[in-house]
Amino acid sequence: MLELIRQPWPWYISGIVIAFIMVLLLFFGKSFGFSSNLRTICSACGAGKRVKFFDFDWRSQTWNLLFLVGAIIGGFISAEFLSSGEPVQISQATIQDLQQLGISAPDGMQPTEIFSLSAAFTLKGFLILLLGGFAIGFGARYAGGCTSGHAISGISNLQLPSLIAVIGFFIGGLITTFVLLPLIF
Amino acid sequence: MKSIKFIIAGILFGIVMSKSEAISWFRIQEMFRFQDFHMYGIIGTAVVLGTIATLVIKKFKLRDFQGNPIVFTPKEMSIPRYIIGGTIFGLGWALTGACPGPMFVNVGFSYWAIFIAIGGALAGTYMYGAIKDRLPH
Repeated sequence: MLELIRQPWPWYISGIVIAFIMVLLLFFGKSFGFSSNLRTICSACGAGKRVKFFDFDWRSQTWNLLFLVGAIIGGFISAEFLSSGEPVQISQATIQDLQQLGISAPDGMQPTEIFSLSAAFTLKGFLILLLGGFAIGFGARYAGGCTSGHAISGISNLQLPSLIAVIGFFIGGLITTFVLLPLIF
Repeated sequence: MKSIKFIIAGILFGIVMSKSEAISWFRIQEMFRFQDFHMYGIIGTAVVLGTIATLVIKKFKLRDFQGNPIVFTPKEMSIPRYIIGGTIFGLGWALTGACPGPMFVNVGFSYWAIFIAIGGALAGTYMYGAIKDRLPH
């Protein structure tokens, strides 16, 4: 059984569990949306004194921060106890495309060219993660949600705004993939 | 006890995102290059089941575990807000290979470099809050 769990899980298992989590949170009286945590953390750090947007009762969002803590623990459990140690099984076509950019085939979950500490503390590596993260934080709040809030919760509730946001996610993602990455690497 | 259920839901989320490799930069690249069905399968399955569940909850006016009605807040309609905001988000998503949830799951995976992206995400959120009134919504 543990051997089976240690293998990568197929997409449908993941989709089923994500839908289950969304429904579970609804029955807990909450709604699934991860990026709100970023606003909550800003507010908890005192940003509300300077910027009105962060002046709200962040303690009412404690449940979502606990979900965040759980997500970290879940990552830790997976890495320590549920991992087969096999590299990510992406398609051959992707491996070849990325090799042309100078990013080697997976030997773990993440590319060493971006996520190793030696890469992250070069100027280029540092800026990739910092500016990438900045765009995620800025864009998520501007669009009013991220993948969980829009692509999962929002589209499940047949919200046109969420569909527009997801189209935006793809416009941005395609620009990075086909324009920015070849310029950066 | 009240709060531990949220931690458990989070743990489940962290495990399933890890085990389906959705926290991997490689998988996000594969998705944006349309070279495998994997990520589309994950999101597609979740959306189909989520839509059915949402319809059922609305149709039967189901209540949550505390007995309160489950309410869905409709999102305010706008084009620029979602297209511009979404595009900026997408630029970052493909660059770091992690949206906000997987960012934190990667911390559990000991990819410490992700803290740079998390710091960036907090700065970006703060920046949005600071200039939001000057942006088209």
